[in-house]
Amino acid sequence: MSKAREVLLTPIFNENPIALQILGICSALAVTSNLYVTLIMCAALTIVVSCSNLIISLIRNHIPTNIRIIVQMTIIASLVILVDELLKAYDYESSKTLSVFVGLIITNCIVMGRAEAFAMKNGPLMSFLDGLGNGLGYSIILIFLAVVRELFGAGSLFGIEILPLVQNGGWYVGNNFLLLPASSFFIIGLLIWALRAWKSDQVEVPQFTIAKNSLKSEKGAA
Amino acid sequence: MRNNDTIFKTLIVAVILCLVCSAVISSVAVGLRDLQEANKKLDQQTKILAAAQLLDETKTVQELFNSIEAKIVNLETGEYNNIIDVGLFDEASFSRDEATSIQLSSKQDIAIIKRRENFQKIYLHSQDKKLTAVILPVRGYGLWGTLYGYLAVEPDFQTVIGLEFFQHKETPGLGAEVDNPKWKSQWKGKKIFSDKGDVMLSVIKGSVKNNSPNAPYQVDGLSGATITSKGVSNLLSFWLGDLGYKPYMQRMLMDLEINDV
Repeated sequence: MSKAREVLLTPIFNENPIALQILGICSALAVTSNLYVTLIMCAALTIVVSCSNLIISLIRNHIPTNIRIIVQMTIIASLVILVDELLKAYDYESSKTLSVFVGLIITNCIVMGRAEAFAMKNGPLMSFLDGLGNGLGYSIILIFLAVVRELFGAGSLFGIEILPLVQNGGWYVGNNFLLLPASSFFIIGLLIWALRAWKSDQVEVPQFTIAKNSLKSEKGAA
Repeated sequence: MRNNDTIFKTLIVAVILCLVCSAVISSVAVGLRDLQEANKKLDQQTKILAAAQLLDETKTVQELFNSIEAKIVNLETGEYNNIIDVGLFDEASFSRDEATSIQLSSKQDIAIIKRRENFQKIYLHSQDKKLTAVILPVRGYGLWGTLYGYLAVEPDFQTVIGLEFFQHKETPGLGAEVDNPKWKSQWKGKKIFSDKGDVMLSVIKGSVKNNSPNAPYQVDGLSGATITSKGVSNLLSFWLGDLGYKPYMQRMLMDLEINDV
């Protein structure tokens, strides 16, 4: 049981796919300006990554090595199309907002990464839990981003006004920069900084150090 | 451990996988198609009603939509066309087909739509057999993509009732503020044409000054979304102009005058 717990919980803080592995950044930038849409995206990704892990793990002993990537890809793509179709049928409004980003889950490195690194080598239950854990790890970062961006950018959460905006006769001047995708880079950066300050074992060993300028080389250049 | 890497096994796995995946996806797609189409239609009908300020929470969209009649208009002549089936009309395929559309020169194409279809499907709302609103589909390029929407005007073809976009790709919080109810509420009562018949209706940069002579024609710009605001102005100028609904509007006004006499 403790193994299952570990598989489920490590990806949330200790091995977070976004904060530690720096995967799946693209959608973290694109869909986090509105909390509701973000939640839909998180649910979609979590479902896809856990189901694809489960299915790939079930047939892992039959997948020929030569075509394993394409087999994983086909399964992931099918699941993504499935989620997209369901969304179009049951939540048309958010499927309109998410538009291509649901489709782009196919190319989300987290999904492929977990399939190749975990599901190909582990049993179905563990793979499913690993997918779920990674989905949750992804979600937790996205939800944090969305709360910051929607609250301070648009003064609302779930579209409900929290900080009354000047445009609507309130007092809060929305930070328009937070509504642009690029702001996520800064927030993710700060988040990684905070996480690595808390869990210092996540800090990467520098690959090289920059040599100090010496007087000699300056003279040489002159 | 079995050997999975023989050519036979590889082919078998690939074929079975493809068959299973395609069967699952096609059955889901077919199974959900009706629901998706219904959603799309409902969304469009809601926007049409919203543009004409007809939404009423006590009634369903279908009930409200009963008072609306769709008609096909020939944009060249401004006449109604009764030959094309209203239910089958599809804007996108008409504007692609060379036989039913015209290529716009870069000077004409201020809304950046490349081709303009020769027919459009418009919606008429009548109350007690009297025409109360005409809802015109409009589209044009914003910042990231084409904005599709409906402009509702009063039967005098001079006063705006509302403008509503049902599809766009503008930045949430900036350009996507075209969906902001407060911004949308400004359109009501705005005038379209100057005395000379030029399209004056536009989105300006900044706020409208109430004492300006042009104030009845102007709507506040969206802050941080200059290009989207310009796009909205351009698409209105195009669709209300000579290549858009102007011939139709002039013909309708003439007919109304004849009926009055």
